[in-house]
Parts: sequence; C-alpha cells; structure tokens
Amino acid sequence: MPIQYYIALSVCLFCIGIVGVLTRRNVIIIFMCIELMLNSVNLLLVAFSKMYNAPAFAANPASTVGIDGQLFVFFIMVVAAAEVSVGLAIIVMMYRNTHSIDVNFLNRLKN
Amino acid sequence: MNNLVYLIPLFPLAGFLINGLFRKSLNKPLIGIIGSGAILASFVVSLVLFFQVKSNGALPVEALFSFINVHDFKIDFAFQVDQLSSIFLLIITGIGFLIHVYSTSYMHDEPTEHFGRYFAYLNLFVFSMLLLVMGANFVIMFIGWEGVGLCSYLLIGFWFKNNNYNYAAKKAFVMNRIGDLGFLLAVFWLLAKVGTVNYHDVFTAESLAKLTPTDITAITLLLFVGAAGKSAQIPLYTWLPDAMAGPTPVSALIHAATMVTAGIYMIARSNVLYSLAHVTQNVIAIIGIATALLAATIALKQNDIKKVLAYSTVSQLGYMFLGLGVGAYTGAVFHVMTHAFFKALLFLGAGSVIHAAGGEQDIRKMGGLKKYMPYTHLTFLVGCIAIAGMPPFSGFFSKDEILAAAYARSPILWGLGVLGAAMTAFYMFRLYATTFLGSFRGTHDQEHHLHESPAAMTIPLVVLAFLSVIGGAVGVPEALHGHHELHHFLSPVLTTEVAPELGHSTEYGLMAVSVVLALAALLFALNKFSKKPELGEPTGFGKVLANKWYIDELYDAVIVNPLLKFADFLKNVVEKSGIDGIVNGVGRFVQYLSRQLRLLQSGQVGNYILFMVLSIVVLFLVFWNQAIILQFLQKVF
Amino acid sequence: MIPSLLILIPVIAGLASLFIQNEKAAKGWALVASLATLCLAVAGACSHRVTELQADASWLPALGSRFSLSMDGMAKMLVLLNAVALPLAIGATYKNSYEKSGSFYGLLLLMQAGMMGVFLASDALLFYFFWELALIPAYFLSSKWGGEKRIQATFKFFVYTFAGSLLMLVGILYLYFKTPEHSFAIQAFYNLHLSDSEQFFAFWLFFIAFAIKIPIFPFHTWQPDAYEQSPTVVTMLLSGVMVKMGIYAVIRWLLPVFPAAVARYDHLVILLSVIGILYASLIAIRQDDMKRLIAYSSIAHLGLMAAALFAKQQVGIQGVMIQMFNHGVNVIGLWIVADAIEKQTGTRKFSQLGGLAQKAPGLAILFVIMAFANVALPLTNAFIGEFMMFNGLFRHSIWMAAIACISIILAAVYTLGMVQKVFYGNTAPATDHSVDSSLNIKLMLAILVIIIIALGVYPQPMLQLTNDTVNAVLAKIHSI
Repeated sequence: MPIQYYIALSVCLFCIGIVGVLTRRNVIIIFMCIELMLNSVNLLLVAFSKMYNAPAFAANPASTVGIDGQLFVFFIMVVAAAEVSVGLAIIVMMYRNTHSIDVNFLNRLKN
Repeated sequence: MNNLVYLIPLFPLAGFLINGLFRKSLNKPLIGIIGSGAILASFVVSLVLFFQVKSNGALPVEALFSFINVHDFKIDFAFQVDQLSSIFLLIITGIGFLIHVYSTSYMHDEPTEHFGRYFAYLNLFVFSMLLLVMGANFVIMFIGWEGVGLCSYLLIGFWFKNNNYNYAAKKAFVMNRIGDLGFLLAVFWLLAKVGTVNYHDVFTAESLAKLTPTDITAITLLLFVGAAGKSAQIPLYTWLPDAMAGPTPVSALIHAATMVTAGIYMIARSNVLYSLAHVTQNVIAIIGIATALLAATIALKQNDIKKVLAYSTVSQLGYMFLGLGVGAYTGAVFHVMTHAFFKALLFLGAGSVIHAAGGEQDIRKMGGLKKYMPYTHLTFLVGCIAIAGMPPFSGFFSKDEILAAAYARSPILWGLGVLGAAMTAFYMFRLYATTFLGSFRGTHDQEHHLHESPAAMTIPLVVLAFLSVIGGAVGVPEALHGHHELHHFLSPVLTTEVAPELGHSTEYGLMAVSVVLALAALLFALNKFSKKPELGEPTGFGKVLANKWYIDELYDAVIVNPLLKFADFLKNVVEKSGIDGIVNGVGRFVQYLSRQLRLLQSGQVGNYILFMVLSIVVLFLVFWNQAIILQFLQKVF
Repeated sequence: MIPSLLILIPVIAGLASLFIQNEKAAKGWALVASLATLCLAVAGACSHRVTELQADASWLPALGSRFSLSMDGMAKMLVLLNAVALPLAIGATYKNSYEKSGSFYGLLLLMQAGMMGVFLASDALLFYFFWELALIPAYFLSSKWGGEKRIQATFKFFVYTFAGSLLMLVGILYLYFKTPEHSFAIQAFYNLHLSDSEQFFAFWLFFIAFAIKIPIFPFHTWQPDAYEQSPTVVTMLLSGVMVKMGIYAVIRWLLPVFPAAVARYDHLVILLSVIGILYASLIAIRQDDMKRLIAYSSIAHLGLMAAALFAKQQVGIQGVMIQMFNHGVNVIGLWIVADAIEKQTGTRKFSQLGGLAQKAPGLAILFVIMAFANVALPLTNAFIGEFMMFNGLFRHSIWMAAIACISIILAAVYTLGMVQKVFYGNTAPATDHSVDSSLNIKLMLAILVIIIIALGVYPQPMLQLTNDTVNAVLAKIHSI
C-alpha cells in the first residue's frame, strides 16, 4: 500500500482528535480524543518505519534501518498508558469534587 | 599686622555668643553690660585705629585666612581699615554703643530670656555690619551684607507672636534678597572678567582695562540694585516702613543709622567704577531724587510716629543717592554721618515717647508732651532742626553739600532737592508740633502714666543731640571759611570725586534759598499744627498720600499675586496633571493594556487548547514559508 | 583595605540585625555599627596611602568584571557624608519605635552599604550592582514602614528609578562591547574612543538614569511622593545621600566618558535644570505640607548642582562637590525637624501648625539656623557651594546664571514662610501642648549646626579634598 494512504488516514485521525478536543466538553471524550491523536501519530510512525525498513530488509535481513520509529511508538504507548492512569485519576477526583466531568467548570485559573 | 583690627569684630561676636548661649542663666544687668560693653570695647579700638589712620594713612590689608581658594579662584578673609571704613566704624560702634545702652532700659520689661536674645541679635548685627565695612573685598562685604539682613529679619520679627510683624520681617528679607541678587551678579561679573574681587586689585587701571564700558555699566547697575534693596530706594523701598514693627532702638540702629546706609558705603567704596559709568550715575541721581520726593510726600500724611520717621529716612537716603549720582561722594558719606546722628536721635526720642505713652504710636493720641518729658522734648527738637537743615546744625552742611553738587550737575535736580528739603522741614515739624505741643489727647490712664524716661535712655539722647548740633563742623565748606576736613580725610579713598565748580556767591545764593524755603515750611507747620492738629481722616489727594500712593497694593496686584497664581497653576495643573500625569499615565496605560490582555486568560481549557492549536498552525506556516516571508519583509523594510 | 571594610561592615551588621528581635538591641546595634563605619570613613578621608584606599579582587572573571574599589577625593567626601548621615538619622529618631525594628535597621544598614559601594566602585558592573543594591532596601523600607499612601508612592519610586537603571545597564553593556578587551573597568571606559554619533546615543542611556536619580526636571515627580510617604529616617538617607548618587555618577561616569556628547547637549541640560530650579521653587512656595516643601526645595537645589556640573567650569564643579556634602547635611537637619514636629503634633500641615517657638525654643533656634543654611546665607556651608556654582554657571552663560539666581529670592520666600508658619505666630490647637524636643534630637541638630557653621567659615579642607577629582574630570572633558 502506498505511504500516502497511511498519511491520509493518520491526518484524518489527528484532525478528528483535535476537533474532538476543541469541541467536546466531556472530559472523558476529550481524553479519548487525545488518545486518538497519539495513536494517529503512532500509526504514522509505524508506517514510515516500515517504509524505510522494507528496502533495507530486503537487502540485508539483519538491517535495523528505521527501527527507531517503532521504538518511539513503544515509548508513546508507555507514556500514554501512564498518562491515562494519571488523567483518569484526576477525572475521578474532579468528579468527586464537582459532580461533573464538564471541563468548563475547571476555570478557577481565571482568577 | 595690626592685631587691633581683628579685635573690632571679635568683641561683638563674643558678646553675641555669650548672650546667645547663656541667655537663660545670666541676669538682665549682666546681659546689658556684656552687650553694651562689647560694643564699647569695639568703639575704643575703632577710635585708636581711626587716629592711626588719620596720622599714617590706611592700614595694610592682610588676610586672616584663605576663605575660598580653588585654582585661579581666590577669596581671602581679609579686613581693610582705611579712611572710609574707619569713619563707618566710628559711626557703627559709637551710635551702636549708645543704642545698646538705651536698649537696656527700653527693653527692660522683656523676660530675661528674650532680653538676652535681643542683645545677642543686636551684637550679631554689629558684628555683621563691621564685617560689611571692614571687608577687603566684595565677598566679605557680601557676607556682612547678608548678615545684617538676617539680623534685621530677626529683630523686625523680634516679637514673633504677632504675625504682622513676621510678615514685615519676611518682606524686609525678601526685598533685600532681590537687591542681593544684583549684588551677587555684579560679583560674578567681576570675578569672571577681572578674576578678583579685592578692592585693591579691582580699582586699578590694569583691572579696569579688562572691562569694557558695557561691563562697567552692567556691574555698577547691578551693584546699585543691591544698594537700592539695602538702602530702601525705589522700587525696593517698601520694606523699610514696615520694618518699624521691630523694637524702636532697632529702628534707630539698623533702619536709620547703620544698615540702610550700607548701600551708600558700597557705592562710595566703588566710586572708581561709578565715575566711569555715566549712565549709572544718572540712574542713581534720578532714582535718588525720586525716592527723596516720593517718600517725603508720603511722610506728610502719616500719623504713626515711627512711620513718619521711616519715610523720612527713605527720603534722606534718597538725598544720599542723589549725592552719589552727581559725584559728591564725600557729601553722601557726610550726610550718612550727620543723618546717623540726628535720625538715631529722633528714633530714640520717638522710642522714649512710645515708652512713656505705654506703647502708643499714633501722634493723634499724643500732644503736649513737652511738659512731661523735658529732655526728650528738647533733644527731639534739636533733631528736627538738624534734619530740617537749619544752620549751623549738622544737617545743614551735609545737605547743602549734596544740593550744591546737584546744582552743578543740573539745576533741575537742585530745585527738586530744595522742594524735598522744604517738605522735610514741614513734616518733621508737623510731627514735632502734634506730639509735643498743644494739649494731651490720650486717655486719662495714659496721661497718668506719662513720665520722663530713665537716665539710661536720656543720656544717649543728650549725647546724640550734642553730636547733631556740632557734627557738621567736620565738613564746613570753603565758602563758609571752613576747611572741610572730612573731604581731605576721605580723599585717598574717594579718588574720583569732582568738586563742583561753583563761585562762592552762587553757593551763598543756593544756601539762602534752601534755608529760607525750609524755614518757611517749618514755621508754617509749627503754626498750623501746634494749635489745631490734623486729627480727622485724610480726604482727596491726602488719602492717596496717607495710603502711600498705593504702592504696596500695586506690587501685590502686579507682581505678588500673579506670581502666586502662576505657582498655583504650576502646582495644581502642570505638576499634577501635566508632568506627573504623563508619568502616571505610562503606568496607567500599561495597566490598561494588561487588563485587556487578561481577558485572553479565560480559564477555559478549551480556549487555551484552541490558542495552542492555532499557534502551532501559525508556526507551521511560518517555518514552511520562511523564505517567502523573509522576502516579503525585505521588500517592506 | 578601607574601601572593602566600608562596605563589609554595614553589610554584615545589616544581615546580623535582621535576626535581632529586641527593639533596643537592634537600635543599639545599628548605632554602633554606623559609628564604626563613620570612624573608618574618617580614617579613610584622612589617609593618603594608595594601598589603603584601593581594593581589587577577582569577581566575575568570565565577564571581565573585577571587584575593584578605589577612594579618590570625591569618593572620600561622599563616603564621609554617607557615614555621617546614618548615625545622625538613627540618633535623631532614637525615641521612635518601629515594629520589627531588627529588619528596619538591618535594611537601613544594607542601604548604606549599597550607597557606599556606588561611591567606591571603579568597575561598571559592580557600580550597577551596588546602584540596585541601594535601591532595593529603600523600597522595602518605604513600602513596609511608610505613610498611608506608601504602596503607591514607593511603587512609583521603584519602577521609575529602576526603569532608569535598566537604561543605564544597556548603556554599560554597550560600552562593554566597545572596549577592545571586553572589560567593565572604569579606566577601560575612560580610554574608549567613541565616535560622536556613538556618544550621542549612549549619553542618553546614562543621562536619563542619572537625571531620574538627581532628579532633573521633568523627571522629578517620584521624589515628593517618595519623600512624603517614606519613614523619615529613610527620607533622610534618600535625599541626603541617595540623590547624590546621581550627581556623583554624572561626574564619575558621564562627563569623562562622553565629552563630545556633553559638549553638544550641555545647553539643553542646563536649560532643563534652570527651568527645574524655578519650577520647583515656585511650587515650594505654595506647599502646605512641610515634607513636600522640603522635597521641592531639595529639587531646586539639586537642579542648581546639575546646571553647574554641565557648565564645566572648575569653580562650578568644585562648588558642586562641596555642595553635595553640604546639601546632604542641611537637608538631613530639615528632615529631623520635620520628623520631630510631626511626631509631637501629629501633623505636617502648615495650616494646623504655628507658634512652636514659644513651646520649643531650642528646636526653633536650631531650625532657624538650618533654614538660613537652606537659603544659603553667608557663613553657612551652603553659601560656599552656591556661590561657587553660580560663578561657574555665570562663566558659562550669564543669562542662565541670572535666571537661576532668582531662586535665591524664591528660596527665601518659601523657607522663611515655612519658619513663620511653623514656629512663629500664635499656637494652634495642634501645637498647644507641645514641649521642647528631646535631648537626642537637639544634640543631633547641634552637631549639624556646628558642621554647617564650621564649613561655612572655613571650607578650605573640604575644597582641597576634592581637588584631585575635579582636575582629573576637567582634564578628560577638555581632552577632546
């Protein structure tokens, strides 16, 4: 499959994520949108990694060209997992305090 | 070096310090003795020096110490005792001593502390006055000049509870300061052009060669401004009548005999400069005669015994300046001397009257004092005759000399001078007749209180009366078969004096006219006021005169009030809304901007993210199109 | 050695004082420390050995800045003023009590240390460092212990002067990069050969900073507010010593470094200064508040110093030198009286005062002498300075001198007006129950009066002290 398809898909996913973050007020949905953006990036990373890796692999099976892209993906997944745990904890705390998961209640910074 | 010179100012300084610092622990007699004794000691030393000068000529000038010495800028603290200053030394310490003695009695009712303060001030005054006349350069003269202004301020406002007196004191100091401004500028001018202010160095041909005619005119005019302030000439004379708020002996010493003649001393001292500046001489002569006449007209209608004498002083000072303006320096100094005698006498006599009348100064409430106070009456009469210029009293000779010199310059000046002299005779005898003749017009209490003053007051009166009678002997003109010893004595200092070229017959004629006119005015006044004193409020033109031509009001309206309004404008508008407004405005503008910017910080997470995304997009575009943007920017700038 | 100690003693004493809880102990400690500094300053002023008067140590080698101090005639005189001012200020207010007095006196000492450093530093970065160091304690002192509107006034004071300082910092960095060896040393700045346009630009960076500090019209508006709202001890140091930093800096850093710019802009600066003299004098006449009157009077006097400086005459600059000391001494005396009156009667308004001479004759006499020193009466110290400054100005421009001279009349008007409204006349309700001031106030005033008269009669030692600096500065100015 040509790389363009991956890019297009990834951009679409990313834009959906951004629009979701910007428009939704439900924290859980915003959170999911953020995950969506992260995963779109992951997708792109894997795609590019494969793109560079394929020719090199054909020439030499021991080649590690482009492997770093996939490494990043793992990093991101780990960080995302940590983030989710912290984020969900915050959301739980928020719900306990405000009985709502609407971000617009979180405007205390204003003053 | 003649150490006696330093002793002269040292005694009054010591008296000032002792009386000033220990005024609470000393008793009144001791304070009086210290105060008067210091001046007496100075007088004795001055007398010794006077005879030294008389026989050996001026004493050499030597510096006590270097006052300011920077690079090419040298001013020494040096004293100079020559013919001119030794005459002034005698006047200051001699009359000063008499007035100190008089004061011990006059101020006796003051509490000890204020009694001590009074004598401390008086001694400080004499000290400053001595510095003024003994200084060997203009800066030392200026030190004394301002010092006497300070003492005048302190003594006019001696009774500081009364705010009117305080205003008078402040007015005197400020008006003197206006004059001092001129004096200072003249000193700066001299320093800038000649590089020195020592009399010995300035009045040499070499130094004068460094000055252009413009320089000389400017310097002499500026010095004259100083003299006009100190010696109460138009337009700076209005402080002197107000200065009568001080105790009467102070008026006698400071505002009649000594301080106000400082201006004459200064111009006589710089006669070398003045003789080179004809413009200035004319200005001085015109201002002198104008002041003499203006003050004389005002004195015609005053009812306060001290105010009459004050305007009379202003008028007499005008004559002295007339003398200076026409080049009769000796005549002016001569008049300073005789005026010091008879005006001090008149003021002290007035003090005696006021003392007897329990503080009353309005002559309309006096009258008939002749029988209560014989000594005061007699001495006062002598003073009146002397000031009216009747021969052979002292005032005749000095005034005649000035008028003769004025005639030589311009008969108009002479005519005006004679007119003023007639007015002088008139108002002095109006004062005399209203006060001493007729019957007493005050209350019974006051009448009961009337008494002759104690000996400490009458003895100075008698001494001054004696001097007023014979004081003219040192200046009898050649026309009257005299030698004019004063003229010969002063000639080494007053080098540029030109004797008027008048025939003896002309001189006789001038004398006769002035004496006859003054005598007529005198008799008219005596006749008019001894029977029917002027008791009502003046009307018509008399009212204008009684209100002093409204000059004070004019000054207030033209100078003082606009200046205060302008200051208010600066304070309330320019400072507050203008300059400070701009400064605060910068702050307020920043605050306004930040208040607007603060709205961006809505606290909504969504907004922040939106800004973040937008910024990323913008950054993205910027980096993408960097080259294009750079090109665009280069085109624009 | 001496310069380092002069800074170290107040710094250490100040830091230690921050931890003193007891009020009496804090006062005593501050007084002792300031007296020690005074002794050292006197020793320094009398010393002629170069090794004693200089200090040099490595400070920021990477930047080319050294901790170098030196003490020439002008520095000696100002150090002396600074050292005299603090004990006088503390002594005269010894009976006042301040909460948290440990911090109060500690900050005072730190302020003194900062000002010492300004007068001693011969490295531009060090100079800037101390310049700010003096400012910061002043800010805290005023904003914590000041009057009702202290927050506003001190904020303005701080921001205004700090804005000027930043301009100066830019100027210092500009010169730093111009020096061939990248050095902050004053000699390196003196040796710079800047082109005219470079001078014209950098001149303003420095000038505005100093003009705010001095202050030169129209940069003066922070001053009356700050003086009015600060606690009086701080006001004494501010007006007695700190504003002299501006004049000092002009002589040390501006005139010798930018001779061409000074030659070009001197007329403008003199014009501004002369306007400021008259302007401040006129406003002083209409003040009803004693502190504000003294503040405006001080602006007028400093304006004259600025004008005389830029006239660039030997006499004038020498006059400025001695006047820096004299004005410091005199204005401290005026503040002492203002504080004594305010503490007793609870007001500074002339309209509510009057007749104090009957109640407090001792204070009245001392104050009258101060007042006449303020109007520069001969035989008081101010006369010497003003006489010489007017002379210098006169040689530069007759008209400017004549106009500036009008201030001697106006000074008489407002000063005598103040004396009259406060001390003469009848007593007012506020002054009915006043008593004469306490001994410590009278003692401090008496010391000041002795200084005033002594320097007025025999100023020669003081004039000789600063002779070397004046000659050096003039040589630099005329070297172009």
